[in-house]
Amino acid sequence: MNETRTLLTETCNRLFSDLVTADTLRAAEAGEWPADLWAALEENGLTRPLVLEDQGGVGLNWQDTFAILYAAGYHAAPVPLAETIVASWLLAQAGIVVPEGVISLVPDERALKLTDGDSTRRVSGEVDNVPWGATAKHLLAVAVGGNINNKHFFLMDRDSVSVEPNVNIGRDPRETIRVFAATPVAVSKVPDAILYDPIRVFAALARSVQMAGAIAAVLDLCVQYAGDRVQFGRPLAKFQAIQHQLAILATEAAAAQTAAQFACRAVDVRNVQSLAVHEIAPAKIRTGEAAGKAAAIGHQVHGAIGFTDEHRLHYLTRRLWAWRSEFGAETYWAELLGSIVTVRGADELWQLITSMPDDDLGRPHENH
Amino acid sequence: MQAFNLDLCELPPQAAALREDVRAFLADSLAEFPPAGRARSWVGFDGEFSRKLGAQGWLGMTWPEPYGRARSALERYVVIEELLAAGAPVAAHWIGERQSGPLILRFGTEDQQQRLLPAIAAGESYFCIGMSEPDSGSDLASIRTRGVCGDGGWVINGQKVWTTYAHKSHYMIALVRTGEAGDDRHAGFSQFIVDLSTPGVTVRPIRNMIGDEEFNEVIFEDVFIPDDMLVGEEGNGWQQVIAELAFERSGPDRFLSSFQLIVEMVRRACVIEGETQSGGKKTVISTRASIAIGRLTAHLITLRQMSLAVAAQLDAGVQPVVEATVVKDLGVAFEQSIPEIAHDLFGVSPRLDSGDDFEKALAYVQQANVSFSLRGGTTEILRGVIARGLGLR
Repeated sequence: MNETRTLLTETCNRLFSDLVTADTLRAAEAGEWPADLWAALEENGLTRPLVLEDQGGVGLNWQDTFAILYAAGYHAAPVPLAETIVASWLLAQAGIVVPEGVISLVPDERALKLTDGDSTRRVSGEVDNVPWGATAKHLLAVAVGGNINNKHFFLMDRDSVSVEPNVNIGRDPRETIRVFAATPVAVSKVPDAILYDPIRVFAALARSVQMAGAIAAVLDLCVQYAGDRVQFGRPLAKFQAIQHQLAILATEAAAAQTAAQFACRAVDVRNVQSLAVHEIAPAKIRTGEAAGKAAAIGHQVHGAIGFTDEHRLHYLTRRLWAWRSEFGAETYWAELLGSIVTVRGADELWQLITSMPDDDLGRPHENH
Repeated sequence: MQAFNLDLCELPPQAAALREDVRAFLADSLAEFPPAGRARSWVGFDGEFSRKLGAQGWLGMTWPEPYGRARSALERYVVIEELLAAGAPVAAHWIGERQSGPLILRFGTEDQQQRLLPAIAAGESYFCIGMSEPDSGSDLASIRTRGVCGDGGWVINGQKVWTTYAHKSHYMIALVRTGEAGDDRHAGFSQFIVDLSTPGVTVRPIRNMIGDEEFNEVIFEDVFIPDDMLVGEEGNGWQQVIAELAFERSGPDRFLSSFQLIVEMVRRACVIEGETQSGGKKTVISTRASIAIGRLTAHLITLRQMSLAVAAQLDAGVQPVVEATVVKDLGVAFEQSIPEIAHDLFGVSPRLDSGDDFEKALAYVQQANVSFSLRGGTTEILRGVIARGLGLR
């Protein structure tokens, strides 16, 4: 790890350790906005790491940002950090001025329709599972009008939409929003070469990194608990059955970490328009699979105490189950990746796997 | 926080050109090699092929001159993964090049290096590993083959078993008890290079469950080993064996053994239905097959990056024992999942002799894959190593 990332990791861990306490988590899950935590993140420039300095950000890359999102996942931070990081980056890329405050993401490009032929370019539609839809000051959406090549980024003011409260099993806000002929704050056309849903792709990457962090936290909790808890006269850690379960959990943590890191590097080095789908799809699939295994082993090793409200473990595992299904579950990305592989054909599989991240893959193959 | 040190590896710039060279060589030299042969992966034995690789300078390429070409371990990695992905028959030189050569280079005398390394690098000298015995499998420290020091050398008595390709090898590197264990059961071992044509050595193939003869029992009856065939220090055998195992735990051979079966799965999953408007073939694939193949691809891409991360550390002189073990454990679980997924998707009866390419590949891998989690350390042993890395034992 280079110096920037080591420093970022230290800063983030200190900040989250101080500000994501058991009380913070409990209050946030009861609906209270953790204002101190968010203010500290903004103060440290951690909400816009990918935006260039002259545009109000920090100018870091995705590999650096990995350290921030990994720490956020590790501490189960109950704030829309991933959403704001991705939204601010996409806005800056699209040439839209990045607004202050929380920006959330509309997770499905098919949900909102562009009313074309109207000079004001209004959008309408309804969409579920918008993270912190009520708290956000702005929402970023991709909306499609007419044909597939008429895709636009839409930045909407939160007050221009109606919001119905809801939460996921992580007990983080996931609202339903309804939009009736809303006039956006800013609009920018998505380049024609981008065939996938850019919000979904990069939010999936952010979730992958968060999951890698949360899985590492589950592992650490387990190792600690297995060392402390004594049964039959010795610590759980001394039982081979427990050792082997934790070894499996460790291999899953390692795989999740690598898959997410690799995808971050790919975004940094690949042609932006390829969206690094060849690496992000594997990352979301692999971290999602690891999330399910980690949660199961984590609870088995902790026994009944891990099933109590009082214990910290479930703040991680409930989020792992939620995150793996968001912005495309494993099956969504596996079908997409599987069709990329099969369209290329059996004899090109190895070439696809070894293609250097800096190869320009050009236009991705269309899903069929 | 981060469980393991698996910083991503960047392949050196010259790797791309090397990869193209290897691909061109393989396209030519394996043009007639059928998928069923490729499915055997690194168990396929072909001395002529090994000799050709040696002539290309791709064996022992990381060894210093004059024995090798002083190339980086990452360049070797590229060569190895290309060979395995193509299902090339690499078994003849495999152990010598991967394990025995590096061991001799690290612990052997200059005389041993001069005598043995050039032939390994030429793909002409084959080695096998003498570790397991009839009463000693995972518990390697319980071996009983004994060497007694005499006039000008050692006299060895005992028996090794599961020795892959001993019947086709020229040499074995044998772990032998040469002194008492005392309080430390890992003390008193030494490693010897045994010329398998020495009188008193009997090699008997043991037919495996697939019907192939790959592993053997090797019996030593008063076998004389000259002093100059002791590797490293007398009594240091255990430490040397541990170092040797690190060479073999994280390479691409630990997740590519079933790769040909994935290739044939992809081929079978694509059903050609008519033509596209431009006259090309129109292929159709089921959602189930896409999802299964997508998941396998995700695992493969991730494992390869993990394995490369370990390779980069080995190249930098670090011994990432736990990380290497993580790669092998995950890699083997992945390899073993492939025939299960193939069965689940297609439900065909695998046939070794009369099936199509997919069926033949499945027939072989389905049977062979039970050995993948045994060779090079069982899953149970590996998980113990990882647990120790986590501080649990």
